[in-house]
Amino acid sequence: MNFKHKYIFLFPGLFVLIGILIFPIIFTIRLSLSGWNSYTPEMNFIGITNYIRLFTDDPRFWESFFRLSFLSVSTVILQYIIGFALALMVWREIKFKRFFRVIFLIPMMTTPVIMTVIWRTFFHESLGPVNDLLGHIGIGPILWLSDPVIAKFTVIIVEVWQWTPFMFLLLLAGLLSLPKEPFLAAAIDGASTFRKFVYVTFPLMAPISIGAIIIRLIEASKIMDTVFVLTSGGPGTATETSSFYIYIKGLREFQMGYAATLSFTYLVIMIISLTIIAKVLTKLMIKE
Amino acid sequence: MEKLYKILKYTFITLWTVFIVAPFLWAVSTSFKDFQSVNSKVTYIPWLDFEPTLEGWRVLVKSPARGGVDIVEPYFNSIFVTCTASLISIVLGTLAAYALSRFTFKAGFVRNNDITFFFISQRIMPPIVLSIPFFIFLSTIGLLDSLLGLVVVYIVLLMPIAVWIMVDFFNRVPKELDETALIDGCNPYQAFYKVVLPNSIPGLIVAGMFCIIFGWIDFFFAFILTFTEVQLLPVKVVALNSSITPWWSLSASALISVAPLIIVAFVVERYLSKGNLSGALK
Repeated sequence: MNFKHKYIFLFPGLFVLIGILIFPIIFTIRLSLSGWNSYTPEMNFIGITNYIRLFTDDPRFWESFFRLSFLSVSTVILQYIIGFALALMVWREIKFKRFFRVIFLIPMMTTPVIMTVIWRTFFHESLGPVNDLLGHIGIGPILWLSDPVIAKFTVIIVEVWQWTPFMFLLLLAGLLSLPKEPFLAAAIDGASTFRKFVYVTFPLMAPISIGAIIIRLIEASKIMDTVFVLTSGGPGTATETSSFYIYIKGLREFQMGYAATLSFTYLVIMIISLTIIAKVLTKLMIKE
Repeated sequence: MEKLYKILKYTFITLWTVFIVAPFLWAVSTSFKDFQSVNSKVTYIPWLDFEPTLEGWRVLVKSPARGGVDIVEPYFNSIFVTCTASLISIVLGTLAAYALSRFTFKAGFVRNNDITFFFISQRIMPPIVLSIPFFIFLSTIGLLDSLLGLVVVYIVLLMPIAVWIMVDFFNRVPKELDETALIDGCNPYQAFYKVVLPNSIPGLIVAGMFCIIFGWIDFFFAFILTFTEVQLLPVKVVALNSSITPWWSLSASALISVAPLIIVAFVVERYLSKGNLSGALK
């Protein structure tokens, strides 16, 4: 269909978005070529010095990036498995179906930072209920927030709590939209629950799964709030992610120029890696 | 075999429900405690373990001058920013989504799908990348530390969601609907406004819910772009989380802040069970 005033529909949104975004992006690129910091807060031009520093002399950034990859990939895998299991369980008739659906959705409606504040008291090492209850059965005390390895898992637990509902929602919406015929055919063939899942449900759900995983990966790669409140990147740098490191460089140490370099590099890496992940997932899950 | 599956299923559902509910129960219990019952030993059940007090809740409505936290103003600020930004995003996003779903655009190598992808891809942008330029941008135009400045920023966060849900929704609204309206003598604007829009209410509600969720739960931009004049709820609550944390008022304010969106969970579930969501989310 064509219509000569079609631009009137598209342009307001498009131009508002471009208008708000164009300045930040150009500004970030320009800023990344400057040495703006708290001593010289000005837009001078120092070429690619910042980029050289990033690629030759900043292992902390790359460590934070690998940590981010580990955290986001592992949380998304867990969310996918649990979210899919939950969606399958409340997909068909079950007692109190709608009650459980609401309960399973609730965490994603809550503000991550605020719930993390609660989680912080929950995992408090001497006054929190987790260590207290574990203490009664003779375990612990576990250093939930001050052990570099365990702190990562604490972040993962909180992230899984917060965002499994989103995965659950996308997958359940997908399950509810599946056609009925393949299931009837499988039932007539007398397929077991397990075989039905492997040969009917899972293949039908593949495109939806890919979409859901990618959406969650995009959101998980921005993980910041949880870390900010729960551990502040600590202990040491054990839970520091890329965003948090850029935040420290830019808005705490006011090395704006260098933070812009980090931001721009990070953005480019994110776009490239997410595109590759999307392609690979599509190849893996959809067999021709 | 089927029996074992059933047992496993109910065990899993029960465990997961406990996991979800646990922090809320803990927060409810903590919000009625005082300094003594938080810091001496871990306590759970009011009256049995500790003597409940309403102090944690009372502090929330007192003005700071009288030792309170006053979350009333941040509450209304949050509601205002979230609703305004969601509304603008939905209006602009729906128009753009309709255009992308119905008309063909061509500019160089750019096609409809590329434009749609451009909209949605804005979600990839890590907030930190935008925060420094926004900080300088808003201070240049004098909107730093203001509600309007936050609304502008939130539109960037929310419009991609509106476009994502609505493009998909419009693609499922049969084209014959518009065509019939056009044959009946409507111009394309009327066809959109009088015929397509009333048939898209489920999609609009879902998109609206998602905009409200993602607007309401944002912390980072509010944290960086506002200081004293304007405070949003999450920033206010997290500010309580200092070295000597008042766990009771912290829990009470946390519960109040997350309460309104729990209603959203019921609405989303309703649309999910009616099957309206399956079209809108994919």
